[in-house]
Amino acid sequence: MSDTENTPDPQAPAGSAIPAPATVPAGAPTGATVSGQPAAGQPAEPPSRWRLAFNEIIGGSVMISILAVVLAMVAGGILIAVTDENVQKAAGYFFARPGDTFAEIWKAVSGAYVALFQGSVFNPNRKDFVDVIKPITETLTFATPLIAAGLGVGLAFRVGMFNIGGRGQMLIAAACAGWVGFTLHLPWGIHLVVAIIAGVVGGGIWGGIAGLLKARTGAHEVIVTIMLNYVAFYLVSYLLRTPVLQAPGSNNPKSPPIDPTAVLPDILGPQFNLHLGFILVIAATVFVWWLLNRSALGFKFRAVGLNPNAARVAGIDVKNMYVYAMLISGGLVGLAGVFQVLGTVTTGFSSGIDAGIGFDAITVALLGRSKPWGIFIAGILFGAFKAGGFAMQASQGIPIDIVLVVQSLIVLFIAAPPLVRAVFRLPDPANPKKPKAPKSPRPAVTREAVAAK
Amino acid sequence: MKLELRGITKRFGALTANDHIDLTVEPGEIHCLLGENGAGKSTLMNVLYGLYQADEGEIVLDDVVQHFAGPGDAMNAGIGMVHQHFMLIPVFTVAENVMLGHEKTGFAGRLDLAAARKQVREISERFGFDVDPDALVDDLPVGVQQRVEIIKALSRDAKVLVFDEPTAVLTPQETDELMEIMRLLKERGTSIVFITHKLREVREVADRITVIRLGKVVGEASPTATNAELASLMVGRSVELTVQKDPATLGASALQVENLSVIDARGQVVVNDVTFDVKAGEILAIAGVQGNGQTELTEALMGLQDRVTGTVSLDGRPLAGLSTRKVLDAGVGFVPEDRKEDGLVGEFTISENLMLDRSEGRPFVKGGSLQLSYLSTFAEEKSREFDVRSQGITTEVGRLSGGNQQKVVLARELSRELRLFVAAQPTRGIDVGSIEFVHKRIVATRDEGIPVIVVSTELDEVVALADRIAVMYRGGIVGIVPGNTSRDVLGLMMAGEIPAGIELEGSAA
Amino acid sequence: MSENVSTNNLASSAGLPPTEHNHPDSDSGLARVLVKSWKAPIAFGIFALGAIILFVVFGRDGDSTFRLSTDSDLIQLPEVVLPTRGTGLVISFVLVLLALYSVWLVSRARKVRIWLMAVFAVLFLIAFLAWASAGQTLPVPGLLIGTVSLSVPLIFGALGGVISERVGVVNVAIEAQLLGGAFVSAVVASVTGNPFVGLVGAIVAGVLVSFVLAAFSIKYLVDQVIVGVVLNVLVTGLTSFLYSQVLTNNAAVLNSPPRFDRWDIPLLSEIPVIGPTLFRQTVIVYLMYIAVAVVFYGLFKTRWGLRVRAVGEHPQAADTVGIKVNRTRFWTVSLAGAIAGLGGAYFTLGSVGAFNKEMTAGMGYIALAAVIFGRWDPIRATLAALLFGFASNLQNVLGVIGSPVPSEFMLMLPYVVTIFAVAGLVGRVRGPAASGKPYIGS
Repeated sequence: MSDTENTPDPQAPAGSAIPAPATVPAGAPTGATVSGQPAAGQPAEPPSRWRLAFNEIIGGSVMISILAVVLAMVAGGILIAVTDENVQKAAGYFFARPGDTFAEIWKAVSGAYVALFQGSVFNPNRKDFVDVIKPITETLTFATPLIAAGLGVGLAFRVGMFNIGGRGQMLIAAACAGWVGFTLHLPWGIHLVVAIIAGVVGGGIWGGIAGLLKARTGAHEVIVTIMLNYVAFYLVSYLLRTPVLQAPGSNNPKSPPIDPTAVLPDILGPQFNLHLGFILVIAATVFVWWLLNRSALGFKFRAVGLNPNAARVAGIDVKNMYVYAMLISGGLVGLAGVFQVLGTVTTGFSSGIDAGIGFDAITVALLGRSKPWGIFIAGILFGAFKAGGFAMQASQGIPIDIVLVVQSLIVLFIAAPPLVRAVFRLPDPANPKKPKAPKSPRPAVTREAVAAK
Repeated sequence: MKLELRGITKRFGALTANDHIDLTVEPGEIHCLLGENGAGKSTLMNVLYGLYQADEGEIVLDDVVQHFAGPGDAMNAGIGMVHQHFMLIPVFTVAENVMLGHEKTGFAGRLDLAAARKQVREISERFGFDVDPDALVDDLPVGVQQRVEIIKALSRDAKVLVFDEPTAVLTPQETDELMEIMRLLKERGTSIVFITHKLREVREVADRITVIRLGKVVGEASPTATNAELASLMVGRSVELTVQKDPATLGASALQVENLSVIDARGQVVVNDVTFDVKAGEILAIAGVQGNGQTELTEALMGLQDRVTGTVSLDGRPLAGLSTRKVLDAGVGFVPEDRKEDGLVGEFTISENLMLDRSEGRPFVKGGSLQLSYLSTFAEEKSREFDVRSQGITTEVGRLSGGNQQKVVLARELSRELRLFVAAQPTRGIDVGSIEFVHKRIVATRDEGIPVIVVSTELDEVVALADRIAVMYRGGIVGIVPGNTSRDVLGLMMAGEIPAGIELEGSAA
Repeated sequence: MSENVSTNNLASSAGLPPTEHNHPDSDSGLARVLVKSWKAPIAFGIFALGAIILFVVFGRDGDSTFRLSTDSDLIQLPEVVLPTRGTGLVISFVLVLLALYSVWLVSRARKVRIWLMAVFAVLFLIAFLAWASAGQTLPVPGLLIGTVSLSVPLIFGALGGVISERVGVVNVAIEAQLLGGAFVSAVVASVTGNPFVGLVGAIVAGVLVSFVLAAFSIKYLVDQVIVGVVLNVLVTGLTSFLYSQVLTNNAAVLNSPPRFDRWDIPLLSEIPVIGPTLFRQTVIVYLMYIAVAVVFYGLFKTRWGLRVRAVGEHPQAADTVGIKVNRTRFWTVSLAGAIAGLGGAYFTLGSVGAFNKEMTAGMGYIALAAVIFGRWDPIRATLAALLFGFASNLQNVLGVIGSPVPSEFMLMLPYVVTIFAVAGLVGRVRGPAASGKPYIGS
């Protein structure tokens, strides 16, 4: 229904009815028709929490995502402008010379975002070609663990579970891979493979615990994974003080460096940091795509995620699906931990090796709407924020924490398409006439409304 | 109080649930609102109760036009409602439920529970109810819960009382008691709107009958009209109230259930020592009021219950204790009673739902991969065969009507090689056309020589389909009787009584 | 069977229902079978075994001294000296007996009562303390005072979590509310020079976080857990950014809040052990006592509480009696934010004295665990929070006297305990039925 109503009327001048047509590429509203709003008059079983979340995560449009990024960047810009000292100074005599204030705002915000761009895509001011394009490879390097962990969190989402345990899974995986990396001295090639497998298995087991507890005892995975984060942190912290992980002869809670045979090789040569992990993460994305969309296991995963009751009645072992999903999810998140120790920080790691990626992964998965390629793109975007954020901090003195603010705002906006539509005055694809989205009939009603069709 | 609804129209998007409905309820009258599932009765009542705002039309009480922004306004105006799904908070006591929304408080905002208890007792006495104000609602039987709902409405001085499908959860005896209560209320001047689709009840208690179909009033009828007249008015054409079927050709006993008991998580024995068998080529109907163990019995057969004792065997092979997967593999087809919750994944497409319980191995899965081209051929074919009306096999099942959803479930289950078919509430909440289709397919399945179990709370359906009838009451089987047993007898059995002179099968008693 | 059933029925068909209708067990007509739960005996067994291994096999020699009074107390209690190994032996033996008793109880289809678990836990704890402090002196008042201090933000956070979940909105954003409260109270108190104004600032900050949580989860129907997690990230980023960008450069003006002074309550503060623990505290702690009592009273004794619980259990039912579900949720979640925000003020105005990046350090998540561990009950959640505070502080105290257990394991303890708790060793927990579910009104 909404499809036809959103197709521009051939007789009306296209876009004239829409207040903000300039920002809306043709066809964008049609794309938005898959958004999570329950269609009017649909059978209105009270939508389960997860179902709503999924609709919001998976079903939204690309347009909303782009606008959400824009909106979040604007908010970040405001924050930068307000806290900039020069802006504050100029604002002190705003009524005398308002132009100064605006000039300072422009300087602060554009300076920040230019630095962000130059730190994450390419920097034309540098002489050397390698230095010019280095930022984009930095972005991909930062994106690599984000994508891997995002895939893990997203996979769990699709099975109806919320894996907040990225930190713990990464730490355990890093500890396992790291231990293999500096303790076992295996030949080139084999060493790397064994280290990666050890990390993935470690992360998988740590995630699997949450899955197993949910399956066997009904313990909520949100609580369990949060708790396991702390357990893993203290466990790894402890091990870093014992000979198991601590570098010999050191007093710091830090591990010895990884053997060169277990380090992920640089794929673009030594002048770039981009390592083999990026290829692996592309493979992981393909794998997760196949798993979810083409495999029997993925079919069962999705069925359990969307309606566990129906899945159970259809003979799918829901409990096992929870365990498998958390194993795979933990393994993927673990892969991120592996990338950290074998790719990013190969000189030995401490208990901060996860670098907050476990939590960032949640926002990556949400931004990617839990779809493998969506997560891939979201991961690269957030990788760019990270790479650029460091550049921004270095050159403009803007704390990198601003990246966290922008990232979380993006996710909030994406989760609430009506808000973004309201800000940009976009028409609501589910109900073009009324300003408010139609709510599904309240659950108190019998389902008469629809059956009457 | 006199209630008038004038030209009420309520739309949901493109769908008009109520189309210019006029309805007048005189003071002290029982006015029946009769209509099929999906005719728009409940929508209308939700408009009256302020849960929905009408798009057009007005509500008039004693010649004053009302504007209800919410149920609070409706209640203040004297409208009370006994909801089909009780609007009671299970972890609250009766008194707390009754006082909720118009609580009296004492010092420091402290709830005045004593006043609420007193009110419950007063109203109970007035109508001869026996309700303990301090009992937790969760612990009360449904019949008593319904009385709490009535007390709740009366405690707010309701002058117009709406009963929305109140008998669905009651035994025939409890239904009679409810009718008695309704008459008593009427005598004391309360106007009553009684929503139902059960013809018998209408004729018994109604002063006037308004029939609605597809959101429109299609006529009024007097309580003296015959069932056939009311039914054709309700459905819009003459309806076959019976199902065409030949006598069963019985085969050997296929499913044998012995001493089956099910214990739920709270430790209650919800199915109690049940024994029966089903022969090849016969339909065994399991009758009973909702909540007497039928759900748990079918779930136990399907391996969906955790604590089950007793034996179940199908064609000589044991079935009890197997996982649901193994039960399905043993050739059991299952239509669950709540198709949206248990039968289908609403966000999946028609084709995905058609392979929902066949995601292990061929033909839909090879080497761990889905066979998508085979699936779409299969889905096209089955959609045609089972007359699933949709925009295509990639339509999300959640967007289909109840009848079409049920056809998807049937198509999935009946396209496997079956050795037993279990259909729980196969026609609940679907339109009459689909009901006829479903009934035909069930009979056709039987005629292929497959043993069939039909669980239904609708006596009409039980009588129409059954070759034999097992009646359940409080977890046990009261008795197994022939398919032609009279409704009166079945009604008594549904309340746990065995009328004198009725021959039961030996195994049952 | 059938006879039995029909007599039952005669009673009910002979008119209106008989009185037994009000007694579920006899009325529902269904037999009841006690489902045996072996969880408690298994847990007891594991802990008894652990006790034997730790306190007997790896038993330590020497005496353990428990000091019960501080120097400033009026009434001085003598120190309690226990022989370490002997204490371990005796208590381990008793624990084994208790474990066997629980096996016997369950095999007789009887329940293991909560008091038995409490006795078991306390005995285990005493044995552990004795073992850990072999040859040392354990300052009990210090242990308890520190427990209360560390628990204050947890308790405020947990109260915020309880009322928010009771009204049907999962509050994962406790961390954000605490952190926001800490930040704003520090700035406001620094600027005004008045810690009480800082408290108000903390409340405002908590409410603002709640507004976002409420708006997104109630109006835009975004999954509540997602909003909560994202809010935590947002507030962390925001406060860290502002801290680095603004506070560090102007620390004297913006980040040197006055701290609350300790107020000793006359008489009460002189009660041995309890006095120093509970009644020599700052005003925030006294506010906490009041908050626990008020939340309990409000939730269970007032009209507001009845409605809140109704909305959290069955929003449709609440709606049909004229309660505005989403409005109730909105304001109750805001109140939850206000309370949790107060807890945030404790970090800056009560203990540390200045705001620091990520200074709440995941306390919000522990408070969430306390909510669940405490089964959505304000009193129980407070006790759970105290337990977590105790475990953290025990690690501190043992660290000072030289603990045989690596500090990481002590720090891990609350989290492990919570995992065990949610995994059902203390019984399956049931939250408010509609918690986490958005209510779609017309």
